[in-house]
Amino acid sequence: MLCMICKQNAAQVHLTQIVDDKIKKVDLCEECAKHKGISDAPGFAIADLLLGLGASQEMAQAGGGEDLKCPVCGFTGADFKKAGRLGCSQCYLTFAESLENLLKTMHKGTRHIGKVPNSLRQSRDLTDRLKQLQKKLDRAVTEEDFEQAANLRDEIRSTRDQLEHLATGAKP
Amino acid sequence: MTIHEFLSSPVETSRRTGPHDRIVLSSRVRLARNLRGVAFPGWAKKPERIKTLEAIRPAVESLSAMTGAFSETMDNLGPLDKLILVERHLISREHQAKSAGSGLVLNKEESLCVMINEEDHLRMQALRPGLQLRQAWVAIDQVDSELERKLDFAFSPELGYLTACPTNLGTGIRVSAMLHLPGLVLKEEINQIIAMVNKLGLAVRGLYGEGTEALGNVFQVSNQMTLGEAETDIVERLYKVILQIIEHEENARAKLLETKPKVVYNHIGRAYGILANTHIISSKETMNLLSLMRLGVDLEMFPGVGRALVDELFVVTQPAHLQKQFTEKLAAEERDLLRADMLRERLRLVERPNPKIPPNSGPLDKRN
Repeated sequence: MLCMICKQNAAQVHLTQIVDDKIKKVDLCEECAKHKGISDAPGFAIADLLLGLGASQEMAQAGGGEDLKCPVCGFTGADFKKAGRLGCSQCYLTFAESLENLLKTMHKGTRHIGKVPNSLRQSRDLTDRLKQLQKKLDRAVTEEDFEQAANLRDEIRSTRDQLEHLATGAKP
Repeated sequence: MTIHEFLSSPVETSRRTGPHDRIVLSSRVRLARNLRGVAFPGWAKKPERIKTLEAIRPAVESLSAMTGAFSETMDNLGPLDKLILVERHLISREHQAKSAGSGLVLNKEESLCVMINEEDHLRMQALRPGLQLRQAWVAIDQVDSELERKLDFAFSPELGYLTACPTNLGTGIRVSAMLHLPGLVLKEEINQIIAMVNKLGLAVRGLYGEGTEALGNVFQVSNQMTLGEAETDIVERLYKVILQIIEHEENARAKLLETKPKVVYNHIGRAYGILANTHIISSKETMNLLSLMRLGVDLEMFPGVGRALVDELFVVTQPAHLQKQFTEKLAAEERDLLRADMLRERLRLVERPNPKIPPNSGPLDKRN
């Protein structure tokens, strides 16, 4: 096994970190380990060091093609390698593929859990509701329950109105 | 009104109290937010940054929590003012370096501070004395909810809030607390604690955050991961870890007093001796000695002296705060003289530390 840093010498220092259920391993040759201060800092901030190490590795690969360019802000893969930061929110789409591994090493998951802007949450709830109502309507029609179908159609109409209202009224 | 006139005096700020403030100096929750379709501050050109600032600033100023706030652009703040804000932990070192196109809005109570065009368009933070992570989260969550009605935040259902650096992606949250841990340092257990905290995916940093030393035995513990875990879960996890660290620190203090009381009294006595009699002293040495004095106050070795005095000295002896009291520009060497003068004067009426030696303790340090 070769050292993850220099990719030349055989890896002799092997470190494992467990964050929740995920195991992260780093394999280094003695020289690189010493260089990173791993051998002379027992216990101290090793995990921090490792997280940084793994991350910087991924960081180097995350730019993807150096000439990949964000259509909104003009930021390139080469720029990301240099700065370690992105150009604009659209960059997350532009560089999505190459960012995936980086996010895996950095974070607990790769999908957002937590707060969602209110306007989005409302429209998401309404969209979900719309889908459910549509299903119910389909069933009512096949079962020839026309009274129920009429009620459902009214409900669908008012939900659509709410959604439209949200889309036009929410933006500043 | 200048920032100097706006800020409360260190006498007042050091009197603020909160739960567990014997060990937890302060709690903070920070959220990173960006506007949709606008280049992040590090990539945007200056005119674009100014435009963004002009769009965000009035929205922040109009928040209900910002009534009577201080609001200014960074180019209108002097280098000394910015440094004072750093020493008060109100802005980051990165923001201190900003100029035109960046701004700051700070509420009257100094419990809510919004940096505009730092690394992200918005870095908003709620601050509380002592261990009050939940309260800080509730406060900043409210600010964020009010602000999202006025600004269009960059958000993706999969990746959450989109930030300049992928390390903040998702919730954009950084929950942190500043802990005073002299017991764990003296007992040489701090490295184990840091390793334990790191294993839980949390970061331990020095007094001024990223890449700074742990001056004065003050450590900042914060979450590192922001994607894949809900805000409230992060807050609760950190809260539990900090309660554990508090327990370890209290145990370390008790154990030290039991096994090596003389060593502890020696550290505190010497710290007092130097601080009360020094004629030249750096801010770094001052912080380290004040930390030991604070421990002495906790151990009731300074009757009639509260933590507030030590905490106040901790702030006013820092370079920018010291400089602010004098009109002429001071060199570092001059500051060391004036700092010493101030310490001698402020500690003139503080009596020598008085160790509470248990009556039947015999030879104080066990020699077995």
